[in-house]
Amino acid sequence: MEPANGDVLPTVAGELPIRVVLAKLGLDGHDRGLKVVARTLRDAGLEVVYLGLRQTADSIVAACEQEDADVIGLSMHNAGHLTLAPRMVQAVEKAGLDIPVVIGGIVPTGDVPVLRAAGVAAVLGPGASAEEVVSAVTEAVARRVTR
Amino acid sequence: MAETMSGIPLEPSYGPGLQPGQYPFTRGLYPNGYQSKLWTMRMFAGFGTATDTNARFHALLRAGGTGLSTAFDMPTLMGRDSDHEWSQGEVGRAGVAVDTLADMEDLFAGVELDKVTTSMTINGPAAICMAMYVAVAEKNGVGRADLGGTIQNDILKEYQAQKEYIFPPRPSMRLVTDLVRFTTAEMPRWHPVSISGYHIREAGSTAAQELAFTLANGFAYVEAAMAVGLDVDDFAPRLSFFFNAHSDFFEEIGKFRAARRIWATWMKNRYDAANPRSLMCRFHTQTAGVSLTAQQPENNIARVALQALSAVLGGTQSLHTDSYDEALALPTERAARIALRTQQLVAHETGAASVVDPLGGAHFVEWMTDEIERQANEIFEHIDRQGRGSMLEGVYAGIDDGYFVGEIADAAYRFEREVNAGRRIIVGVNEFTENDDDEAGLLSIGHDTEEMQLKRLQQVRSDRDGAAVQAALAALIQAARQPDVNLMPLIIDAVRTYASEGEIVAALESVFGTYVETAVV
Repeated sequence: MEPANGDVLPTVAGELPIRVVLAKLGLDGHDRGLKVVARTLRDAGLEVVYLGLRQTADSIVAACEQEDADVIGLSMHNAGHLTLAPRMVQAVEKAGLDIPVVIGGIVPTGDVPVLRAAGVAAVLGPGASAEEVVSAVTEAVARRVTR
Repeated sequence: MAETMSGIPLEPSYGPGLQPGQYPFTRGLYPNGYQSKLWTMRMFAGFGTATDTNARFHALLRAGGTGLSTAFDMPTLMGRDSDHEWSQGEVGRAGVAVDTLADMEDLFAGVELDKVTTSMTINGPAAICMAMYVAVAEKNGVGRADLGGTIQNDILKEYQAQKEYIFPPRPSMRLVTDLVRFTTAEMPRWHPVSISGYHIREAGSTAAQELAFTLANGFAYVEAAMAVGLDVDDFAPRLSFFFNAHSDFFEEIGKFRAARRIWATWMKNRYDAANPRSLMCRFHTQTAGVSLTAQQPENNIARVALQALSAVLGGTQSLHTDSYDEALALPTERAARIALRTQQLVAHETGAASVVDPLGGAHFVEWMTDEIERQANEIFEHIDRQGRGSMLEGVYAGIDDGYFVGEIADAAYRFEREVNAGRRIIVGVNEFTENDDDEAGLLSIGHDTEEMQLKRLQQVRSDRDGAAVQAALAALIQAARQPDVNLMPLIIDAVRTYASEGEIVAALESVFGTYVETAVV
């Protein structure tokens, strides 16, 4: 399939393709959205490491270290994001990694500033377009690289 | 006899040829349709602690709801106690938290269990919830034989779509058939499996896939129950179905009509069912949660009304209408009431319930019914081939080789690309958009819910007779090692000691193992 943005693949600082680790954090099994996001990012030229269901902050950090990930994408439909997402950010920091965390799924607008304050790089709500998904992920990586 | 708003008298149904109530029931199961019995208005509810949900149950019954339907939280659905480390952050959030019999007692406090029918949407730990329900009723002086309702207990679609599995497919199927044997012998008013396409559709399937995967699972349960020695006519009359009512109006109506026809013909011809009730595809319908938009949420009221109308014109036996605020949270009581009022309006104002199958005979509707059936038949042929003549083995094979999840993910991605490219319009999302989307007044579950539930569980653990719990769990493990023993009575014994759901699941996992999905995109 051809990349959504033409011939130019999203890369880290113009070099390697971005590696994104995608996971469902917690017990929630709604994986339709995450699978669509995985294919969307893959079609846009990113390297997708799909961990799937029932991941913990620790299992995701371990995968990031092993896969040399640039960014983490979490999908949450369990209303537990205010508890679980900050924990994910802390686990990344505790491991000494500099990897942004992007969240998608069912997140009421009022919770977005809370998540951003807790260190979440971006929050994608229901109805986000493919372009919005790709740019949220690539921009999160770009901000990290330039900082 | 029914009449129109203007006083025109109406026959129960119209048209030549096949009539409603006649095999293969394309036009409906009963000659007089909703004139003899209106559908059950069964609103799905559950959040917070059992006490919170109990209050919502009483509110729905006061508002004219005619059945209860319980939504459990994610830890309960996954068979984990509220104090399990994986449960943190999810207790009471997407449904009600139930750890022990004590929670089930609170959940149904003040509800006359021999008067209402109750639906419990749970699958992996279905046998444990069923045991708790029986135990609560008997504590309240209601015998198990007098209990009416449904437990979803449809484990196959968990591996295909909803992903709330615990054990691997085959031992899980043993729990399903144990429950079927138990209710067949002791609970004549109970529906032991609600074979569900709803979640398959929500996960992204097409209408024909929803129908075909669901009915294939139904055939698999029939074969599994026959394999443990039940006669098809003993249990098939108690099987029921659960479909999605999505947004494409006529496609959905065709799907419901095709469902009845396919089920009747297969049950008669392939499984030799003789009881006419074994041939009847009775179903519950829920409007499509996935179609609700966070943008311009009031538009969802119109979506739900149209979806509900398709379910009624398709002849559903029972209906849940989604609330307009559910794209972002569990519904508020006000939104849930509007959703219930929507179906009351369809029932009592539109005249849609006056005549059975009013669209039967319309060229397009008959063609659509045939077309959905044709597409479903292609899928049945694939599954049957994979199972070498056994639908049960074919379904297992499709779970093992990723057929179901792959087909569903392909369809979901195709749909998303069409929306993204603007080839498919979603009002308020990719067309007719505004920037002032208002999402005020969402239901919020406080952080104290989890703390309260943890305290409650701790209290139950310290009040109960620990030795009795251990003895009951040891007996259960012993029985689980013997494939011919029905585990239901042992699980009932265990819940009566206030053994928790998580403890019972752990006992069974020690024998059955734990299922882990291969992650594939």
